[in-house]
Order: sequence, then C-alpha cells, then structure tokens
Amino acid sequence: MIMAAAPIPTRIPSGSPITIDHLSRTFTTGSTSVAAISDMHLQIAPGEFVCIVGASGCGKTTLLNIIAGLDHPTSGSIDTGSGVVSLMFQEGALFPWLSARENVELGLRLAGMKGRADRRERAMELLGLVQLTDAAERHPHELSGGMRQRVSLARALAQDASVLLMDEPFGALDAMTRDVLHDELERIWFETGVTIMFVTHNVREAARLGDRILVLASRPGRVIAEYPVDLDRPRRIESPEVSALAAEVTDCLRKEVRRHAND
Amino acid sequence: MPTTELTPDLAPDTTVAGLDKLETFSSPTASRASRFYSVLWPKLSAVVLALVLWQIVVWLGWKPTYVLPGPATVFSELRALVVNGSFWHSVGITMRRATLGFAIALVIGSVIGAVVSQSSIVRRAFGSFITGLQTMPSIVWFPFAILLFKLTESAILFVVVLGAAPAIANGLIFGVDHVPPLLVRAGRVLGARGFTLFRSVILPAALPSYVSGLKQGWAFAWRSLMAGELLVIVGNTSSLGVRLDFARTMSDAPLLLAYMIVILIIGLCVDAVFGAIDRRVRRTRGLGS
Repeated sequence: MIMAAAPIPTRIPSGSPITIDHLSRTFTTGSTSVAAISDMHLQIAPGEFVCIVGASGCGKTTLLNIIAGLDHPTSGSIDTGSGVVSLMFQEGALFPWLSARENVELGLRLAGMKGRADRRERAMELLGLVQLTDAAERHPHELSGGMRQRVSLARALAQDASVLLMDEPFGALDAMTRDVLHDELERIWFETGVTIMFVTHNVREAARLGDRILVLASRPGRVIAEYPVDLDRPRRIESPEVSALAAEVTDCLRKEVRRHAND
Repeated sequence: MPTTELTPDLAPDTTVAGLDKLETFSSPTASRASRFYSVLWPKLSAVVLALVLWQIVVWLGWKPTYVLPGPATVFSELRALVVNGSFWHSVGITMRRATLGFAIALVIGSVIGAVVSQSSIVRRAFGSFITGLQTMPSIVWFPFAILLFKLTESAILFVVVLGAAPAIANGLIFGVDHVPPLLVRAGRVLGARGFTLFRSVILPAALPSYVSGLKQGWAFAWRSLMAGELLVIVGNTSSLGVRLDFARTMSDAPLLLAYMIVILIIGLCVDAVFGAIDRRVRRTRGLGS
C-alpha cells in the first residue's frame, strides 16, 4: 500500500467547517407542538471527526436532516460552507435494482458528473477505496451487511462531499465486521480529509473514532457535554483508554436519561 | 483538531477480504435442464388430468358426441387447423388488435398512473374512479362503443383500452405508494429532485408492481378483445372471435372447441412472457426466489 511506503503521511483536512447557531426545530401538528431541537450551538472544525451520542428523542435525525438540507430549522442558522453534504443511513439505503457499481455511478451522475465511461472508471476507483472491486457487479441482496455499508460509503464519497453525515451506519453489524469498518472508515477519513459527523448509540464506538464526542440531551435535543478524545490513532476499541473514556461518557448519558424518569 | 498522523499499520489488511468471503456465498444453482423439468412436470400432469376428466365425461355419455366431442376428435381438428394458412391469418388479425390495444392502454395507463401517483389532488379526484373502472365488466362498454364507433375495429380497441388501462395505472400507483421512504430520502440526499427523482429512484423502485399491473392489464385486454370479436363483427375480417362464432352457427363442436383451445394457449403464452419478465425483475432485486 502507498500509505505503508510513505514515511509518515500527513492528513490535509479539506472538509468544510460546520457552524450551528441558536438552532431550533419545532414540529407542530394541530395545537400541539414538540421541540425536537432547542437552541443548539455547535462548531465543527474543517476535517474534524465528531461523534454524537444521545438517548432516544435527542433529535439526531432532525439535526442530520437539517444539515443535509432535507429539512429547515424553525429558527437559528446553519452553515456548512460551499461544499456538498452527504448523508449515510443505518440501513445503507442502496437501490436494490442496481449493482454496487451502478449505485455508485448513479451517485456520480446525480452529482453532475458527465460521461458514462468516466463515471464507470471513477465508480471502480471508489469501490477500490472501500475494497469492493471484486463485488462491483453484485446486487445489494448478494452482499453482506458490512459490504452494503461500504458500497453506501463509496456512494456517499461519489458526491465528493466536504461533509459526511453518518446516521448509526454500523448499528446493525456484528462486532467483528464493525471493528474492521472502523479501521476502514478511519483510513478513508484520513485519505479524503472530509469532515465527519457520526451519530451512534454505541459510546465505545464514539471513543474509538471521534476527535470529539458530543452528548445530546433528549426532548428537546441540545448539547449538554463535550469530551475531546486525546488518544493517538489508530485506537483499539477494547483498549483501556477507550474503555475509560466510554465509561465516563456513559455516566453522563445515564444521568441525562434518569432525569427523564421523573418527567 | 483532528490528529494529523496515522501509523502505517492502519493500511487495509486482509481481514476485510476474509470477512467478505465468509459472509457471502452463492448457493449452487440447479442446471437449466433440471430446473426446466421441475417447472414442467406439474404443468404437464395437470393438462393430462384435465384431458382424462374430459374423456371420462364423454365416455359417460352425458351429452351426445356431436355436442361434446372427445379430446381426440378436437385435437385432430386442431391439427388440421394449424396447417391451414387462413387460420394463421385470423390469428394475425386478432394478435394485431391485441398488441395495438395493449400498446395504447400501456401509454394511457402509464401516463395516468404517473400523474395520479404524484399529485394528491388528482388522486383524490380520480383515484377511486380508476379502481371503479377496473371493477366494471368491460362487456358493459360494448353497446356504447358500438354507438360511438359503429361496427368497426375502433369499437373493439376502445373497450380493450378501457379494460386494460386502469389495471396498468393502478399497478403503477400501487408501486409508487409502496416505494420505501428511505430510498426516496437517499435519492434526495444524492441530489435528485422532481422528475429526476421520479425517473431515477421512484419509477425503478415501483417496477415490480408496475409489471404486475401490466400482466393484469394484458389479462383484461385479452378478455375484452375476445368479447369484442364475438359481439362486434367487422365486415370482411375473419378474426379468431369471428371464426369461433362461425363454428357455433355451423354447430361444429370439434372446431369450436379447437378455437377455444387456441385462444387459451395464446393467453397462456403471453402470460408466460409477462411472468418471465416479472421473475427477472424480482430476481435482480432479491425478491422471492
């Protein structure tokens, strides 16, 4: 591999910063209104890997939808720079009628890339990046869960996004596959320089991957705690340092959940 | 700030390849011949059973043989038919009408289905109307069609289209309604909006239901066409329906039954084509077997 041959590769954080200011989102049906997100502030550096953990009702889906441009805030502002924002789902959401390669090619076409042959070549490059060159012609139902998520990642990368939002992307995978995909994602994050916002229920996963962990409160969603992760990469999910940090974050999360017991 | 150094041992290792190999395996597929055999023998047995029952009824003497002839008589009549050029001319006339009627229904049904599925106002106005049309027996339309078009081929085509188009439209509407919202969301994240979203995501996702609609539309078209050919006799054309009616007039029971078998076989063959398309569409998506 090129990386092994290079002395010490340096990462160029080329992704966009994310600035969220006084962001609120309220859903109103009839006379009742529910605040999904209330007065949220967030500053994410270019190329940063931020993990977000929170219990149910922390408004994470709403937050991701707003950042991805699928929904609008009720008040406040959000700035993701000039680049494309991509969103990767827990279930992969691949198009079942297209092969792995065609899924990525569609991503390229919708991103405005001209030329069928060029798209094909680029799609194969991206599948190579997630180590799926051999599975390019297979359809989603012929791939394992982990492989589907990698195709999904390749498709997201096809958008040449400067911000990559990930909604519990590895939640449905077994521990071993997840471990391997953590390595893969870290490598790709390193190579592309993209900004990643990674939502997860798994606190250890957050400590394994993030530069920073943000804990969200529930109903309404807002940031209540922030943990910088000052551990060298690559980390191992079972290492004592990762476990210690995960325990700390879990305590914080547990306090937040208990607070709702007396609601 | 992000860490700017990464140690080389993070390079992709072979664990990924190993996991992929273990998690995906292709089950051995049966040979084409044995698959063909396993599909064919139940069908053949059913045909044989039907013929045996038919023969038994004839032997029991429920009706005289000039009214209800046995399979042997009918099949020798059929054998004489298929070597006759004018028979194939009749099949040609009927199939041309079927193809033309179905093609018109395909265009009209697809356009209406697309519009209704995308607009909630149009749907509220016409949605139940389309279903109503579909439940209406197409033969009810013939008196009106004859008033409108006289005894012409247009009258037949009019009813064929009215029979098939609602089924095709409904197939598409049903398909669009059942597109997983996640796929639509994924399409939007990828930057597809409006017509691009419909063409690249919604329509392909709705394809299995659409094909089912086409299959059903064909069944309706074929039924309407046969009814039409019996009711609307267009001068100087001898379609299959005309020949069937002629056989009845002549009280030629073996010929009449031979034509009925022809009509049945054509219907089954076209249905088999749609069935093959349907299976192919589903297999690509990993639906069913």
